[in-house]
Amino acid sequence: MRRTPPAHDPHDGLARAGRAVRLVLLIALALLFLLPFYLLVRNGLSSEADITSSDWTFFPGELHWENIRELFDDPNVPMAHALLNSSLIAVLTTLGTLLLASLAGYGLARIPYRHANVVFYWILGTLMVPAAVTFVPSFVLVSSLGWISTLRGLVVPTLFSAVAAFIFRQYFLGFPRELEDTARVDGLGYWRTYWQVVVPNSRPVFAAVGTIVFIGAWNSFLWPLVIGQDREAWTVQVALSTFTTAQRVNIHELFVAAAVSILPLLVVFLVLQRYIVAGVERSGIDD
Amino acid sequence: MRGAALKQKSPTRKTWFGGQNRTLWFWIFVGPFVLGLTLFTYVPLAWSAYLSFFDAHNTVSPTDFVGFDNYTAMLGDDAFTDSLLTFLVFTAFIVPATYVLSLSLALMVNRLRWAQAFFRSVFFLPVACSYVVAALIWKMSIFNGVRFGLANTVLGWFGADQIAWLSTTDPPWYWLVIVTVRLWLQAGFYMVLFLAGLQRIPPRLYEAAAVDGARPGWQVFRHITFPQLRATSVAVVLLLVINAFQAFDEFYNLLSDSRGYPPYARPPLVYLYYTALGQGQNLGLGSAGAVILALIIALVTVVQARWFGLGRKED
Repeated sequence: MRRTPPAHDPHDGLARAGRAVRLVLLIALALLFLLPFYLLVRNGLSSEADITSSDWTFFPGELHWENIRELFDDPNVPMAHALLNSSLIAVLTTLGTLLLASLAGYGLARIPYRHANVVFYWILGTLMVPAAVTFVPSFVLVSSLGWISTLRGLVVPTLFSAVAAFIFRQYFLGFPRELEDTARVDGLGYWRTYWQVVVPNSRPVFAAVGTIVFIGAWNSFLWPLVIGQDREAWTVQVALSTFTTAQRVNIHELFVAAAVSILPLLVVFLVLQRYIVAGVERSGIDD
Repeated sequence: MRGAALKQKSPTRKTWFGGQNRTLWFWIFVGPFVLGLTLFTYVPLAWSAYLSFFDAHNTVSPTDFVGFDNYTAMLGDDAFTDSLLTFLVFTAFIVPATYVLSLSLALMVNRLRWAQAFFRSVFFLPVACSYVVAALIWKMSIFNGVRFGLANTVLGWFGADQIAWLSTTDPPWYWLVIVTVRLWLQAGFYMVLFLAGLQRIPPRLYEAAAVDGARPGWQVFRHITFPQLRATSVAVVLLLVINAFQAFDEFYNLLSDSRGYPPYARPPLVYLYYTALGQGQNLGLGSAGAVILALIIALVTVVQARWFGLGRKED
């Protein structure tokens, strides 16, 4: 399709030049996209004097690995606790969302029910009003439940993702029926068919939705800012934000904290990238 | 019906499939999700609509009914209308910029014969970064207003004056900072959507175009690629606008400091955050704002969907 034209084409030389220009442009853009990550690490491992020095150098004079220890030893910066909170929230949100949304998606796709359409539109209706716009109403509800600064306040309201349920429904609509029919012949009901046949054969879609939910939960900011008000309930993002905006922390410490916060995610991201790409494609197409 | 009768006598699992217990099973699968969704989306919205008619300072069970006062106060407040204007300006920058960049990246990456996965990963990588971390890098390193900021260092090489990127309102340099953060973070995401769209274009269209003498490059892009990407483009623009409307993280983290938030560049959610959860905790007014914003976003979604003819699609 998009191959170079045959050799007799008069534009051959032109095409080759075009390819070279494109490649140079791509490499330049790639470096530009990687630059912020580099700055994160560079500043995180620099001394305060190196960062604020008036002659900016691309490579710092020497690497200060002890900055990492300094960060975790600083009693004013609850980084370890914030990392723990974020991990707990991200894991629980991911597991809960996968369970609830996949069951709902399967029920909508496969269990005949007279009013299934009404239920489906009831779910889709929430897509019209994005969660961020409803943070004031949700805050009102959570605070009257007495859930401010609690783990359940941070996790439970975020578990019901209409997008995830929608993705699962679309996926299960295309799930091979023969597999379920076999289970039926073996005498399995809906529940056991789902757990013994459908889930084990749907790992990629669970991985795709799961990684996207995990990244979203780890990086989420507005909800933890509103709900996790006490220092004990801070997530990594809220802690970083507090120190960025309050500017009471040394710059190198701020950067090393940010680098530490992003490291686990980058590993997850690179390892599971093909699932994430699949998930993004799914969510985009179906939206 | 038969299943229900049978079930009493012989509780084999087979009968569960047949009878009216399907309804029960439907609700076992779907019920918990729908219940939670109702409780945490519809109930708050309804409650908020209720609160918006009351004077609710620091309380969620107010008694002082004020009618539409909160709505008139909200719509008459210049800060609120300014926030809608801020959203419009932001959208005017970020939507075309992201569209062009992500489509260009997709076109270039798609034509690579080697290292395609590498380049895709590099451009996609910022998706893993949070707005908080990105804002931190932009604010404290790249666009730091003092001489050790990267942008000012580069300006210095050309002998230009330093710029206080985030606090200069004339010209409003802060837009450059705000827009580039989001552009960096989200371009890779939309690039992946465009790559998926590009791969769905049937190769025979390009063969036919070549037979018809279309020159590779602009002509092919204009007459084949771009029209074939229409569905993807519609989805991308829709998502970009909705996401721009919800912008909060980068504005908050770039612009607020120990003295609070500056009077400029307040998008709707930042305005709402300070109104409802700031010192006054005016939840009645904040609720009125949330209702207005929810109506606006619902309207925008419907109009865009109608306009692009999404409703006429199959399914």
